[in-house]
Amino acid sequence: MNIETQTRPEAANRVRTGIADCDIHPSPRNFEAEVYPFLERRWQELIASYGMVQRIGFQGGTQYPKGQPRASRRDSFPPGGGGPGSDLDFMRRQHLDPHDVELGVLIPLRVGQAIQNMDLAVAICAAMNDWQIAEWTSKEPRLKGSILTAYQDAAASAREIERHAGTSDFVQVAMLSRTPEPMGNRQYWPIYEAAAAAGLPVGVHAFGYGGTPVTGSGWPSYYIEDMMAHSQSCQSLITSMVFEGVFERIPGFRLVIVEGGIAWLPALAWRLDAIWSKNRLELAQCKRPPSEYIRESIWLTSQPIEEPDDRKQLLDVIEWIGWDRVLYASDYPHWDFDDPDLVLPVSLTRQQKDGFFRDNAFRLYGLE
Amino acid sequence: MGQRHVVARVSDFDGTDRKRVEVKGRGIVIFRLGEEWFGMTDRCPHMGGSLCQGHLISLVEADRPGEIRVSRENEIIRCPWHGWEFDIRTGQSRVRPARWRTRTVGVSVVDAAEAGTVGDLETFDVRQDGDYVVVEI
Repeated sequence: MNIETQTRPEAANRVRTGIADCDIHPSPRNFEAEVYPFLERRWQELIASYGMVQRIGFQGGTQYPKGQPRASRRDSFPPGGGGPGSDLDFMRRQHLDPHDVELGVLIPLRVGQAIQNMDLAVAICAAMNDWQIAEWTSKEPRLKGSILTAYQDAAASAREIERHAGTSDFVQVAMLSRTPEPMGNRQYWPIYEAAAAAGLPVGVHAFGYGGTPVTGSGWPSYYIEDMMAHSQSCQSLITSMVFEGVFERIPGFRLVIVEGGIAWLPALAWRLDAIWSKNRLELAQCKRPPSEYIRESIWLTSQPIEEPDDRKQLLDVIEWIGWDRVLYASDYPHWDFDDPDLVLPVSLTRQQKDGFFRDNAFRLYGLE
Repeated sequence: MGQRHVVARVSDFDGTDRKRVEVKGRGIVIFRLGEEWFGMTDRCPHMGGSLCQGHLISLVEADRPGEIRVSRENEIIRCPWHGWEFDIRTGQSRVRPARWRTRTVGVSVVDAAEAGTVGDLETFDVRQDGDYVVVEI
């Protein structure tokens, strides 16, 4: 198909200050050419012989086919070739420059974390972290990486966090939401402790390959139900972390929920408070009302934002969450991209706008 | 009645079924479906995706689960971002027809002689052969 088009339609209502986009997905244009330099020969040979078997039941990909090719905007395939998110110059032209992105937080997906061979998973996550520096953060100061962790090996993950602690290339530790065990399980605590010690939040991106059904009642039929189920898994992981005492036990631990939606959080906090107050015997390790831990220690990225007919209702939701806790994210180059010019089509105060689009992220990531 | 603008040569559509043009600063996408022509604003009213980069699909309806009817091949444009669907004949949204639509523009084809008589040629240099695509805005 021969298409002539501009890379981006005309924008209205532009946010004037440089914004922070807390969810951008880069991917290697050529895995062997870009990532193998950071991978020992033994792993290269193992991949050549055995492939990279993931913790899912399907050889060809994830459980559900995506609604758009590579789950991406159809206009995000770089004209020079390669997959969406694989060309820094094109990312600059299509997204960073026209949207005035001053901070872009990278979260590579579909690599490393899901691999069933733990030693290989650890090696690939480390290689992908070096790749983020080599191909992205060292070339574009607006972009910051996320430390990928093979989180089923918490000790190795903690070492990987320590390897990058104090460097300016990374602003958070990355995990995926569908872990094999609930996220408050103490097997993961060394990761949270290492992140807190490094002064980094843990960004939990929706998806993951825990092996359990994507809903609490089995496997749904449709892709969009898989997407919808992220709010379930995010509520489960927050509940688990609160009640297992993660926030109580690890001072300074900060959690960022990425791509799970936002509007469910206030209702969850109300419900947890009500449950907690009636079950102190069982939940003794959770010393304070759950909503206090949530309000203190959890941030949410905005995309994919809920879209009520009356958009002003979103303002109520963010008010309940806290205007200092919601971070704009685009999800570029994925198909459910939220455009910063249209994501909140209601009038905001200057303080609300600055916080949502910029200041909350700079403060959270220590980049003020 | 709006002004007419010559925006493309028919031969520009050899090998493609759509083209994006600019008229008075507005992006317009033109679709060719056999000998029929359609035009609409090249901006999804939902979040701004360029419809020109979307996928043309059929109208797929189901009166009840499992009874799926497919008709009107290539008459529905699916936004390249969030997949919102629009009828290229009317601009009406398949998601919420009463609430959302993308603005359509009239598209016609004229020969070179008539193209020379179209008043406003600001966007296109008409040469004296072939057929031309005209939009009316």
